[in-house]
Amino acid sequence: MSGPSRASREAVAMKSVFVTVGTTSFDELVACVSSRATLQILRRLGYRKLVLQIGKGRVVPDSFASTTFSLIVYRYKNSLKEDIKRADLIISHAGAGSCLEALEEGKPLVVVVNEKLMDNHQLELARQLHKEGYLFYCSCSTLLELLRSVDLSSLRRFPPGKPEMFSEFLDKVVGFEK
Amino acid sequence: MNFFFCLIAVGGVAVFVVLRLWLVVGFRRKGLKTVSVRVLVVAGSGGHTTEILRLLGSLSKDYNPRHYVFADTDKMSAVKIRLFEEKRAERDSESLYTTHRVPRSREVQQSWSSSVFTTLYAVCYSLPLTFRLKPDLVLCNGPGTCVPICASALLLGILGIKKVIIVYVESICRVETLSLSGKILYHFSDYFIVQWPALKGKYPKSVYLGRIV
Repeated sequence: MSGPSRASREAVAMKSVFVTVGTTSFDELVACVSSRATLQILRRLGYRKLVLQIGKGRVVPDSFASTTFSLIVYRYKNSLKEDIKRADLIISHAGAGSCLEALEEGKPLVVVVNEKLMDNHQLELARQLHKEGYLFYCSCSTLLELLRSVDLSSLRRFPPGKPEMFSEFLDKVVGFEK
Repeated sequence: MNFFFCLIAVGGVAVFVVLRLWLVVGFRRKGLKTVSVRVLVVAGSGGHTTEILRLLGSLSKDYNPRHYVFADTDKMSAVKIRLFEEKRAERDSESLYTTHRVPRSREVQQSWSSSVFTTLYAVCYSLPLTFRLKPDLVLCNGPGTCVPICASALLLGILGIKKVIIVYVESICRVETLSLSGKILYHFSDYFIVQWPALKGKYPKSVYLGRIV
C-alpha cells in the first residue's frame, strides 16, 4: 500500500496545542486555557486538540472528546517529549526545562509568566529569548489577546546549545587532556 | 588567665581556618592523576535537574561514578535521573551511579530568615554524606541544596582530607542576576560558569562558554 494511511492523514490535519506547567502548579494558566473563550479561539485558529499537563494544580478540567474538539488532561508523565513532538503549538510556564525542550523541537512557543511567584526570575529568561525572537511571552491576562493576534511563523529557529563546550572545559579542569 | 587561653585558642583556630580556606579556594590544583573522576551532582527541583542532566550527558565515561543528591520533596528528579542513567548504562556497562536524599534547604517561596534554620538542618545531613562520598568534583547549578553540599566539600579541603573541585553552573534562567546560591558560591567555587554575556560582564571571575544546555 502506498501513501499515508487514513489515520495518519487525519493526525496531520488535526492540529493540536500542548500546555505544560512543569512540576509545580499554575492554576491560573490551567483555568485560562481551558476556559470557553480560549477553546473558542483555538478552534477558530484550526486547532482540534488541547493536551493539558497540570502538575500539582488544584484546577482540574474534565477531559472530553467531541467530533470537533478534544481536551486531554493529565498531571505528570516521565517525559513530555512525545507530547511536545506531536503538538503544533506549545503554551508553557516559564520553566527553563520546558522552554528549552519546546524550542529544541522547533515548536512555536508561547510562555505564560506566573505573576504570583515572589522571586520571578523566570521572567528574565522568557524576556531574553523573546528579545532574540525565539518565543512569545505574556501573562494569563494577556494570553487570549496574544493568541488572537500572533503570527507564529515570525519566530526564529532556536540553535542547539553546546554542552560539548562544557565537557571540553571540564576535561581541562580535572586534567583529562586530549 | 583561663579566659586568655581560651581567647588565644579560639583565635588560633580561626586563623588556621581562614588560612586553609584561602589555600583551598585560592589555589586550583590542575592535573589530577586519577583515571576516573568521582562526581557529586547536586540535582533537585524540576528545571535544575533537567539542566544538569544535559550537562552530564556531554561528559565522557571517565566521570564515574556519579552520586546524585536531591531534595527529599522532589519526586520528579528521581525519575529523571533514573531514566538518564538507564540510557547511559545501555551504552556503557561500567557506568555507576547512586542517589541520596537530603532535606530541602529552601522551598521556592520560603522567607530568607527561616531559610537560615532549614539550611543549617540541611547541613547536618549534607556533611556526613559529603565526607563519606569524598568526591573529586562537585557539580551544581543552583538549587538551594547545593550550598550545604559545597560548604561540606569545602570543609573537606580545609581539614586537609581532600581537595574537592567545586564547579558551579548558573542556570540558563539567570540572564542578568545571579541566584541566591550563585551569589554565595561565586566566592567559594573553583569554577563559576555563567550562560549569558551580561552576567560575565558583572562577575569578572566567572567563565562564559556560550549556552551549554
